[in-house]
Amino acid sequence: MGRTFQRPERMRMFFKKYYSEIYQLGINSIGIVLLISFFIGAVICIQIKINVQSAWMPLWVSGFTTREILLLEFSSSIMCLILAGKVGSNIASELGTMRVTQQIDALEIMGVNSASYLILPKIAALVTMIPFLVTFSVSAGMVGAYATAYLGHIITPADLTAGMQHDFTQWYFWMGVIKSVFFAFIIASVSSFYGYFVKGGSIEVGKASTNAVVSSSVLILFSDIFLTQILS
Amino acid sequence: MIEIKSLSKEFPDKKVLHGIDCRFFDGKTNLIIGQSGSGKTVLMNCLVGLLEPTEGHILYDGRNFVTMNKKERTLLRREMGMLFQGSALFDSLSVLENVMFPLDMFSPLSYKDRKKRAQECLDRVNLIDAQLKYPAELSGGMQKRAAIARAISMQPKYLFCDEPNSGLDPKTSLVIDKLIHEITVENNMTTIINTHDMNSVMGIGENILYIYQGHKEWQGTSSEILSSNNQRLNDFIFASDFSKQLRKSFEEHEEHLP
Ligand SMILES: Nc1ncnc2c1ncn2[C@@H]1O[C@H](COP(=O)(O)OP(=O)(O)O)[C@@H](O)[C@H]1O
Ligand SMILES: [Mg+2]
Repeated sequence: MGRTFQRPERMRMFFKKYYSEIYQLGINSIGIVLLISFFIGAVICIQIKINVQSAWMPLWVSGFTTREILLLEFSSSIMCLILAGKVGSNIASELGTMRVTQQIDALEIMGVNSASYLILPKIAALVTMIPFLVTFSVSAGMVGAYATAYLGHIITPADLTAGMQHDFTQWYFWMGVIKSVFFAFIIASVSSFYGYFVKGGSIEVGKASTNAVVSSSVLILFSDIFLTQILS
Repeated sequence: MIEIKSLSKEFPDKKVLHGIDCRFFDGKTNLIIGQSGSGKTVLMNCLVGLLEPTEGHILYDGRNFVTMNKKERTLLRREMGMLFQGSALFDSLSVLENVMFPLDMFSPLSYKDRKKRAQECLDRVNLIDAQLKYPAELSGGMQKRAAIARAISMQPKYLFCDEPNSGLDPKTSLVIDKLIHEITVENNMTTIINTHDMNSVMGIGENILYIYQGHKEWQGTSSEILSSNNQRLNDFIFASDFSKQLRKSFEEHEEHLP
């Protein structure tokens, strides 16, 4: 795996690959991030308002809780778990197919460091894109919460705004971003590892893809505990 | 010239190659023949460094590939081209981009010149009309030709072909064989071809190495192969009843000659 982090042979080729990975892994994930975050943001807001909030609590509790859940856990950790499924299986099956159809051997014969050429741009692209995805997720979650106020009339927009603005700690946002950068690294490197070292045929590619998702999800969950303790 | 000296390859469960000595010559199509499972692919993978031989040496014009460090190997690999059994074209790139890829990676030429060189190669394999297609849109024979174009784009000194005819019809096989042979002569390359196709053996077998269960059993040319008395070689070449009858009548005919 050390070969992955060697300097690319041609920076021009690295950036070409990097941009295409930004598109494939990052831009193509925006849709699912927005969709899921919007609905989860809405549902959290509804749940808190209807099932948690009671008469003795201040009116800002629902908005406040929604914001904190999104910032602290959902938009970083849960979002990355979802991305582990989407991006991880994509990476592992792409590299695995390249391995079993000898495209990786072909790169090696040409004298290309295939590990660095294929894996490094993926890691770099996902790590660069993840802060944006987290930001989109938080925003979409808040839009979802406002949708319950304006369209569902479950909470008044004023109460929601008061909650969203109550006792805001900017560090929470950065904590989510920092955590997600670690998770992005886990997703890209673990999935690449499983895909790159496939031996066999299409069945093994399928297995590698599953293993990539399971392993990166478990690693994300464990590292989440440690990162949260360290960063809080 | 590529020279291999007592090359052996052992896997944890099985010894596949047993001390093979052989020479492969410049400007010639050198064939490695043998039954499926005899170790042809393993031998070729040792030659290009995809596998490490357990014992023995591989000399590329005197340069010992086995004892080289990683950097020297990478440099030597830029003199090699390889045609894989399944073509191994990059399926995210168009045919032209595939052929340009080694140039993009290593050549100091400008974009225009790289493209020109790639188109020359595609023209050489009669594939210039398909340059903007993607590998999945090509037939098996066209994929092989595209892979040949990619393999020769850097003007390699050594060309390796693993079963270039597998999965192709006899006529397309002849086209591919002829193409590989012509390119070998034009560029004075050392070409090594793995095959079990008898048409290739008779057509372009200028130097044939016959491997039997990982041992070198016989070496010679296509004209020598028919008259050879090696029993195992004969069993391999005249595997079908039809060809056995052909040989028998050939021998009877010779006996009746004055
Ligand atoms: N990576 C490997 N590990 C163990 N055995 C292998 C490996 N690769 C090939 N073999 C064995 O080596 C033998 C020769 O295989 P191969 O070179 O692919 O034959 P062929 O002449 O058909 O190309 C086979 O019996 C195969 O099982
Ligand atoms: Mg083979």
